[in-house]
Amino acid sequence: MRQVIIIGSGPAGYTAAIYVARANLSPLVIASSVEAGGELMNTTDVENFPGFPEGIMGPDLMQRMREQAERFGAEVLLDDVTSLELSGDVKRVTVGSGETFQALAVIFATGSAYRKLGLPDEDRLSGHGVSWCATCDGFFFREKTIAVVGGGDSAMEEATFLTRFATKVYVIHRKDSLRASKIMQERAFNNPKIEFVWNSSVTALNGESNLESVGLIDTVTGETRTLDLDGLFIAIGNDPRTHLVHNQLALTSEGTVEVEGRSSRTSVTGVFAAGDVIDPTYRQAVTAAGSGTVAALDAEHYLSALPASLVASANSSS
Amino acid sequence: MSQARPVTDATFANEVLASTKPILVDFWAEWCGPCRAVGPILDQILAEHGDKIDIVKLNVDENPQTAMTYQITSIPAMKVFQNGEVVKTVIGAKPKPALEADLAAFIA
Repeated sequence: MRQVIIIGSGPAGYTAAIYVARANLSPLVIASSVEAGGELMNTTDVENFPGFPEGIMGPDLMQRMREQAERFGAEVLLDDVTSLELSGDVKRVTVGSGETFQALAVIFATGSAYRKLGLPDEDRLSGHGVSWCATCDGFFFREKTIAVVGGGDSAMEEATFLTRFATKVYVIHRKDSLRASKIMQERAFNNPKIEFVWNSSVTALNGESNLESVGLIDTVTGETRTLDLDGLFIAIGNDPRTHLVHNQLALTSEGTVEVEGRSSRTSVTGVFAAGDVIDPTYRQAVTAAGSGTVAALDAEHYLSALPASLVASANSSS
Repeated sequence: MSQARPVTDATFANEVLASTKPILVDFWAEWCGPCRAVGPILDQILAEHGDKIDIVKLNVDENPQTAMTYQITSIPAMKVFQNGEVVKTVIGAKPKPALEADLAAFIA
């Protein structure tokens, strides 16, 4: 049995791992098989993480966090959690290989998943012109006309990045102003290849084998029209990834895992949550890292108050 | 563990299209994070099921011709070929059990 299992390997998970490992509690980080490193693995330059004045590539930042956690004894497992039993003193975590791990404390830092538009042809055309990953797929849209849906920082970053390849990048947004940070907005406004399509929602994705056009509705006038496109990148936000704990942990009305005050304590004793999965508001790499720290310190505090016999059993066997 | 070997625009016809055994082509690139995540999983599947399916990888950056022929617009894209025809397409990185389920017809 372990003292601490950390589920998730974004900035929250790895930062928690660094703290827990430095407290000599040798955590197991269940990092996921294909999404290890989390959302920053699909970003390019990270310019707002303190300590990197020249910026750092997302995957490089995550590799460094992983190495930092491993340096102090964290073990990283590239597998996916398939089920969790969180009640009781001993928590059980089962992964894709079928193996079940036990721990006295669990830190849940599963982050969030890309939100879909919810249109009928979305799944069919995914990978055929509809994409969620500009860094993966931008390359295929050289000299093409594409669009990004969304109005936040990730939408602006994707649109700006995609102008390296595309001839034209539309940004389709429901409102007439953006929630993206000023610097990201200005970069997009000043880019001659980017054109904003304000007050518009995507209502249809059209195309036989590949995306050919999208249907748009004007959110003010109700007018509809069709926009010819070779590609559409969706960046309309994320939803907290809570499916593993739906019936075990209390959730907020916003769908995030509920925690007590400024702590990371969930509704179940010995289970702590951190990062985007508890944060409907800020959702930055830095806030997630800070939140991971809170969870690590809360978990350490919890373990230190457990009966010695229980802690001894965690240390004695694997 | 066996590793998926690279194929190129030049070798694609001989190595892939001529194959009578099912052969999975992993369309990938260095700059694609999910591709790097799924690569080791494909190597494991090759090690376990190499008698039933062949697995090779094509770098889309260096081999744009083949990527264009098969209208690749999203990677990782995994296409299974048999006798020169595409018989299965899987798009996006997936955990091993999910990939095995997608490929069940070839590896079961």
